[in-house]
Amino acid sequence: MISSAEIVIIGGGISGCSTAYNLAKKGVKNIAVIEKSYITSGSTGRCGAGVRMQWGTEMNCKLAKKSIEFYENANDVLEYDGDVEFKQEGYLLIASTDKEMDQFHENVKIQNKLGIPSKILTLDEAKEIVPYLNTDILTGASYCGKDGFLNPFLTTDAFYRAAKRLGVEFYTYTQVLDIKVENGRVKSVITNKGEISTNIVVNAAGGYSKVISDMVNSELPVYSERHQILVTEPVEAMQAPMVMSFSLNLYCQQTPHGSFMMGRGDNREPRDLRITSSWEFLEQMAKTITEVLPPIGKLRLIRQWAGLYNMTPDKQPIYGKVNEVEGFYLAVGFSGHGFMFGPLTGVIISEMILEEEPTIDASMLNINRFKEGNLILEPSVV
Amino acid sequence: MNDENTIVCRCSDVTLKEVRDLIKQGYTTYDEIKRITRIGMGPCQGKTCGQLVLREISAATGKSIKELKLHMNRPPVVGVKLDLIAEEAKKND
Ligand SMILES: Cc1cc2nc3c(=O)[nH]c(=O)nc-3n(C[C@H](O)[C@H](O)[C@H](O)COP(=O)(O)OP(=O)(O)OC[C@H]3O[C@@H](n4cnc5c(N)ncnc54)[C@H](O)[C@@H]3O)c2cc1C
Repeated sequence: MISSAEIVIIGGGISGCSTAYNLAKKGVKNIAVIEKSYITSGSTGRCGAGVRMQWGTEMNCKLAKKSIEFYENANDVLEYDGDVEFKQEGYLLIASTDKEMDQFHENVKIQNKLGIPSKILTLDEAKEIVPYLNTDILTGASYCGKDGFLNPFLTTDAFYRAAKRLGVEFYTYTQVLDIKVENGRVKSVITNKGEISTNIVVNAAGGYSKVISDMVNSELPVYSERHQILVTEPVEAMQAPMVMSFSLNLYCQQTPHGSFMMGRGDNREPRDLRITSSWEFLEQMAKTITEVLPPIGKLRLIRQWAGLYNMTPDKQPIYGKVNEVEGFYLAVGFSGHGFMFGPLTGVIISEMILEEEPTIDASMLNINRFKEGNLILEPSVV
Repeated sequence: MNDENTIVCRCSDVTLKEVRDLIKQGYTTYDEIKRITRIGMGPCQGKTCGQLVLREISAATGKSIKELKLHMNRPPVVGVKLDLIAEEAKKND
């Protein structure tokens, strides 16, 4: 293991790999990424990998739009041998109350203003896109055909390989145990395989972000929450878009491989780091899917798994410096949508570290917004 | 034996050559190879291919198969239909 680095990034998920790639591309030498298990072993490898521009806050809309533009050309830009499998088959958001439809109207207005090609659909129009949708329990829908999903393993692998070619050192199966601070500055990172001295550390530890911030005694207002997914046997192509509902609490998509992948949230989940699978999720999911998309209920379950959402009070990420320690940067708190922001996370954090003109001004996503009460709540999350 | 035509994983159509190439590129754990190729994610959940991949890793790295870790077996082991689970769940409501 190297004994010193310009920048140490903690976490080998989409955020860490994208940040490493962007910094290396800008010419930073001597970057180390530390990952306690394998690349994508955290939330990134457990996620639905859906990417949508249909958000309710301007900031989330902008981040998602830029990221999707990146994903459209990711294979070329990252010079990837494989294919990140970006499929733009759309997101169909369904509403089950009038109040929710009002929210959709407001969201679509914001989205259209920012150039996002979303629109409101009647139930008949929604049925044209997904014929077996149970519209009896719905009040309307919104749709954006440019939304879609990717293969999260291969997408991260593309960033990882590109970063590696640019000279980034990756240390997998290596755990960060502590971070030394001296005179208010980051000094070194201590791992189970050795110590690396450095002036700059990026916390991209996903569900473990608070554990890392605690190492430098920097308060982080986040918590982690288990979210579960299940996947069915593969069948012929029958559903193009991701179907998602906030009020009915579900998302469900058919993967290119033919299996259906679906998940839902549960606000009674304990706030800790467990990622075991529960029987209760399976029952709730089965009931919801059978009601909303009846034919999918006929499919056989193959497996289920869980991962962590790293939640902030306003469900938007935290980017940038902290007050307590010089040289410590946050790329955390993605609240269940950090995969889709991945490309921009790397751009934003690298620009912040190198003090460059920002591509998107994300300064309002700094950590002080919570103390100052500048929360802008994102209304549209599962 | 031509490793381009040898299928290691029948669920996800992965060839021996793909596995060997990845190992050469430094993907030397079952978990890493699984994520890139989908090996072990199909209906058999790695019951067939798991040992074959471990044997390849062992041959390339010199580690014994015992030292190498196979992935988690995720529930359930056999496919159950979702609507049957839903019906059962409703009975308990
Ligand atoms: C069920 C589920 C569905 C989701 N669906 C979507 C979706 O459809 N779209 C979307 O955009 N997002 C989705 N998300 C959210 C998304 O997965 C995350 O926001 C995103 O992957 C975060 O990436 P990350 O790189 O920041 O964190 P992670 O991928 O969690 O990476 C952090 C890494 O840090 C490592 N680490 C932690 N502690 C240490 C340490 N001490 N030393 C060394 N390494 C350490 C971990 O091992 C981990 O690999 C979903 C999440 C879940 C759980």
